[in-house]
Amino acid sequence: MTTTLTAPKEQSCTLLAPGHTACTGCGEALAAKLVLGAAGTNIIVTDATGCLEVFTTKFPQSSWEVPFIHSLFENSAAVASGVEVALKALGRQNEAKVIAQGGDGGTADIGLQALSGMLERGHDILYVCYDNEAYMNTGVQRSGLTPFDCMTTTSPCGEFSWGNKHNKKDMPSIAAAHGIPYVATASVAFPKDIENKVKKALSITGPKYMQIHSPCPLGWRSKPQLTIQVARLAVQTGLYPIFEIENGKVTKVRKVTTPKTPVEEYLKIQGRFAHLFKSPKGKEEIQKIQEIADRNIEKYGLA
Amino acid sequence: MSTTFIEGSIAVAKTVGVCRPHVISAYPITPQTHIIEHLSELVANGEIKSEYVNVESEHSAASVVLGASATGARTYTATTSQGFLLMIEVLFNIAGMRLPVVMTCVNRAVSAPINIWNDQQDSMTARDSGWIQLYAEDNQEASDMHLQAFKIAENKDILLPVMVCMDGFVLTHSFDPIELISQAQADKFLPPFKPQYYLTPKNPLSMGTMVGPEAYMETRYFIEKTMRASLQVISDVATDFHNQFGRFQGGLIDTYKVEDATLVLVAMGSIIGTIKDIVDELRAKEQKVGVLKVRSYRPFPKDEIYKALNHVKEIAVVEKAVSLGYGGILVNEIKSVFYGKPKTPKINGFILGLGGRDITVDTIHQVIKETAKAASEEKFVGLNEALIGGK
Amino acid sequence: MRLDLGAIAKAGTSKANQTGSWRNYKPIFHQVKCIGCGLCKIYCPEGCVTMIEKKKYTVDYTYCKGCGICAEECSSSDIEMIVEEK
Repeated sequence: MTTTLTAPKEQSCTLLAPGHTACTGCGEALAAKLVLGAAGTNIIVTDATGCLEVFTTKFPQSSWEVPFIHSLFENSAAVASGVEVALKALGRQNEAKVIAQGGDGGTADIGLQALSGMLERGHDILYVCYDNEAYMNTGVQRSGLTPFDCMTTTSPCGEFSWGNKHNKKDMPSIAAAHGIPYVATASVAFPKDIENKVKKALSITGPKYMQIHSPCPLGWRSKPQLTIQVARLAVQTGLYPIFEIENGKVTKVRKVTTPKTPVEEYLKIQGRFAHLFKSPKGKEEIQKIQEIADRNIEKYGLA
Repeated sequence: MSTTFIEGSIAVAKTVGVCRPHVISAYPITPQTHIIEHLSELVANGEIKSEYVNVESEHSAASVVLGASATGARTYTATTSQGFLLMIEVLFNIAGMRLPVVMTCVNRAVSAPINIWNDQQDSMTARDSGWIQLYAEDNQEASDMHLQAFKIAENKDILLPVMVCMDGFVLTHSFDPIELISQAQADKFLPPFKPQYYLTPKNPLSMGTMVGPEAYMETRYFIEKTMRASLQVISDVATDFHNQFGRFQGGLIDTYKVEDATLVLVAMGSIIGTIKDIVDELRAKEQKVGVLKVRSYRPFPKDEIYKALNHVKEIAVVEKAVSLGYGGILVNEIKSVFYGKPKTPKINGFILGLGGRDITVDTIHQVIKETAKAASEEKFVGLNEALIGGK
Repeated sequence: MRLDLGAIAKAGTSKANQTGSWRNYKPIFHQVKCIGCGLCKIYCPEGCVTMIEKKKYTVDYTYCKGCGICAEECSSSDIEMIVEEK
């Protein structure tokens, strides 16, 4: 074994400084780091209440190396709208690009109205939704972006339940329906893709929506070291389709593997789906999830 | 100085306009609409250079001005009633983040049952939010108060949001001869907004951090301390205004024929005008009656009120809001002014005018008649006996 | 920091918080088989993996929480997770 060289003194080169208190293997911390890395320093970011805000801004500390504002749970998009118009009104519009952030609950549930307003009004803002598919900050409760049959603390499995009864809300389509120039999905498994999409989004004037699949080891009951692998399988199976919608048209997708990877591969390494493997009836449920993946593959041409 | 015969809402909009707000954001709700319609007209005609943001809710209106204010902009919003209640979450946030936003709360009853007419339940509900609350007696004052509001809010030792409260319809939709404030006058009175901290990549700060038990209490302590400090600032700004414009509508309070009065009526907002008429009428009959206007409700000017009223025998607090399960709101605070003092006057509380119920000369006469009886707790005046099943 | 003006914090100050103390497993960067792909650095949620020189990466144990993503994703299996001795 060779000697491990020690890190240089000034080791932090990320715009999300270390020392934040995200759980080990946190997909959201990684996603935020990648977004900031692609966006650079000339930005102002807003954030909804949630894990990201809590683990990065515990007073008197902050992990943000860029100007940051958190206000409430449901108003990240509205606060960002205010930041954007203020820059315009003050003649400072060249000073910074505005990025609004939120988790899946803050985006697709409680913050949906404010987001819709922001998209409809045409603000020059990139909205990034870090999608970890449940209310993680409050202890893994079901959100509108929780996938079908997923177990959360408010959609538990039981004699009469297979977990979440509803399909994941199609947020990217809702965003695209506003007629905005750019919508993209991404995954922490593909960092270069995140970088490219953030850069592309920021080069476009107007409202942009990006949704990044960000595994939560605690909520998904997956091993922290498997965060990337879990995220990768979601994409490879077709359960988390990766695409770009430019001016209403799907312009680019990430193909799934051939032969196709069965959804079991993705489900079985996560405790939130463990109940599906415990009884023969669970097989039927897994089949339903396979059908969701197949529909995605069909819809976006992922094969 | 010349006056213009103009609707209260338009006068307010014009004053807000000459305050040069960078960002205005609002959501329409009766009876606030005339204010924001006129402001958007001023923007559309290029008469003022503001960004006007049409939002999808009052929650977002308040959030837009929050974000804009944090970026260093002078900001304004207006709402009423249900819209105000929807905003409350953000109102606490704006105050907690120490952002000098100015808003108009057009006072209206709250639902259920839905009612679009005037009382002051909406703004009273946000009493503890950390906003400075000023109540206007008439449209001249409502108009003038907005110019003062920006100066108070943006004072470097204050940095708290200010809410100007004006009675819905009674003021907003009534026409009065108003001395409007010119751009030059406003510029002379109100310096440009120079925030100490704002969102910029040049100095990347984090705003709205999470504060635990080790420091949260101190943030509230600082607001309370600043509220106390703002008593002087509100008073000084009113004096500055008087010096420049020759108009004085009171600083923290205003009094009318209180000096030798034995009975003083205490109230907020447009009802003051009605009471003044009755005071004149009773004075002609040699009854020693006066009226005290609470102009600044938050911060609450305990000392000034005590100083003005410590000689009187009787106080009648009349208010257009109620703390259900307790009674009057203002009356309790007036009572607290005299707690532990050597002499306590008889203090009666009256609730009237809820949901736009007419407040006539007779209503006030009834209040005065009731006052002569034994000290009452909070009494509803002007109820329709037929609707409540007789006596 | 300004507590009196709404709890404003300065940029990047979380670096004072040494999250390395959380660690149960510790990544050892052998720096032998490294091909310099940089995945360890890119995928680190803490942003505490750095390149010293081409094909030589290291981790800052001050912050590393020991999640093991770097070892899992290393394209040349050159990072090993060992039990942290405290």
